[in-house]
Amino acid sequence: MSRLPTHRPETLGGTIVHNIPFPKVLNEETLSLLKQMSPIQIEQVYQITYLHSYGQDSPFFAGLTNGVFLGCRDPQTGYTYATPRGHDMHTGEETKWVALPNEGAVHAFTVCHFGSEEFLPECPFVLALIEFEGADTLFLTRLMGVDPAQASLDWIGMKVKAEYLRNSKLKPTDVYFVPA
Amino acid sequence: MPPVVYAVSGGVSKFAKARPDKTFQAVVKEAYDYAIQDLGLTFAQFAELVDGSVASYFSDHFQRQLMSGIMAQDYLGLCPKPGHRVEGGGATGGLCFQEAWKSVASGHMDICVAYGFETMSHVETWKGNEFIALASDVSFDYPVGGFYSGYYAMMVTRHMKEFGTTVEQMAHVSVKNHVNAYYNRYAQKRNRYTVQDIRSAPMVAWPLTRLDICVMSDGAAATILCSEEGLKKLEKAGAKIARPLVKVTGIGRGTDAMRMSDRPHVDYDYFMRHYATGQEQSSDETRAYYRGLWDKGFRYPGVHSFRAGRTAGNMAWKHADIADPLHELDFVELHDAYTSSEIQTYEDLGLCRYGEGGPFAASGKAFMPGVDYGLNLPEQPLCPVNPSGGLIACGHPVGATGLMQAVFAIWQLQGTIQEHFGDGHLQVKDASRGAIHSHAGTGTYVTVSVLEREA
Repeated sequence: MSRLPTHRPETLGGTIVHNIPFPKVLNEETLSLLKQMSPIQIEQVYQITYLHSYGQDSPFFAGLTNGVFLGCRDPQTGYTYATPRGHDMHTGEETKWVALPNEGAVHAFTVCHFGSEEFLPECPFVLALIEFEGADTLFLTRLMGVDPAQASLDWIGMKVKAEYLRNSKLKPTDVYFVPA
Repeated sequence: MPPVVYAVSGGVSKFAKARPDKTFQAVVKEAYDYAIQDLGLTFAQFAELVDGSVASYFSDHFQRQLMSGIMAQDYLGLCPKPGHRVEGGGATGGLCFQEAWKSVASGHMDICVAYGFETMSHVETWKGNEFIALASDVSFDYPVGGFYSGYYAMMVTRHMKEFGTTVEQMAHVSVKNHVNAYYNRYAQKRNRYTVQDIRSAPMVAWPLTRLDICVMSDGAAATILCSEEGLKKLEKAGAKIARPLVKVTGIGRGTDAMRMSDRPHVDYDYFMRHYATGQEQSSDETRAYYRGLWDKGFRYPGVHSFRAGRTAGNMAWKHADIADPLHELDFVELHDAYTSSEIQTYEDLGLCRYGEGGPFAASGKAFMPGVDYGLNLPEQPLCPVNPSGGLIACGHPVGATGLMQAVFAIWQLQGTIQEHFGDGHLQVKDASRGAIHSHAGTGTYVTVSVLEREA
């Protein structure tokens, strides 16, 4: 038998209050009793829109929009990043753009049954780090086409291929991977 | 002669899911007052003596308040004395402790108070997870499904694949830390669980269940550090500081790339030269063991290991003249945000070799003697890890956590656990040296500090 919920979910929101109980008469005794009061808690909203720049990494997102998976390579050493990086971490040299293969393998993964608030509606979803032939670092992505209820270490090493959103959102999720 | 820095006192507010009864400044004052009262000084006496402070809190988002540090400084009556805030994710408290150590070791201050706090209850849990996930690259990591439990779960799937680590071994960590916390009145969660309980808890990020993961908390902690001169000033004012004294004898730090995907995968020779402990380098058998791992495709650190932790550990052990941490430390309080990360950290700190953290977790070596865990442990306790209950059971109000570890370490080394916990079960007998370990992000900042009782 599946486990039944035993608690109602705790959420913010509530009733608008126009008066708070308070002593009608202020004297030493009633002022002292204020120390026994429960705390007043109010809701505060904080909302902001950022103009985020992808800066030197921008061509990567332009590449995804056009179905191309770009990486970065140190021109001298050939050290290759599967997640874009403008300068090499070992030499400090500016990297050059290279097209990476559309196929790779699962290096590590998880199934998220919960998540940050923004992603809760998408649970369960599969996060995976992908390794590529010819690249020294990995790429974090969503893995589709596997059953979240059947998570298995056998998924590590699985050959996968890139798929691209037709309607780009200019986010790293414009590319995702499926079993090859 | 290296400077002597004493850790003379500490205080912790009881960590809780929420502390709406007080503002964060007043919660900090609970910990601060406790540390002062434990010295036998008054608020005014200490305010006169202390040279300055370091404040520790992770996120401005949780409180929707910038510069909370100065608000705490003000509330503690420390203005206009020098102070600053440090921030480095989950390692914020450990960094704060070390900044206070630097203030004293450099001669800039004779008496420095390090205080830290976090109030995570002001937002709902899943929004809190979102804030924490903003401590991952917002161009490449966060938008894919930013969730720290997910990041750590990916690490552990790789650890399991590489080394055969099991979920039952991870559950041993949770059972141990929860049972330890049962005797710690400061802990947020004081429950006895079985391995089966851990595994049957709701799955959060496969294979981590809710009981493999620490909780969010409100809380504060404070420690007082001083020089020889500071010690004289405190005692001249009437402070009662027990002998033998506790001093800080080792400091180490390390860092790593924010994006897990960028972590290097170095070869055997590079690992042996730059990351292996002295013990590992000097053992033919261990060198052969690691050669075997590399032959099977192991690369370091990858996503299964924390080179920041190994770097911090090696640095601290060298500073404190420790060659064999498992046998030369009487306890370790480490950053167990996840059961899996406790296992990873055993390896980073050289309590066991890379790849052996899983069996080590279930061996019994990291358990407390004299405590019934309801487990069949094959070996005797050797170096208790998280005797307090760690983050998993004590809670993790981020900016306070690393300082909480320092406070518990001071009490262990003073032999005063009974007095402070109201229960002596968790006192490590004759503890003379311990380590505290604070860890940020996916292993981005890590601090290790060694505290020692004077002979």
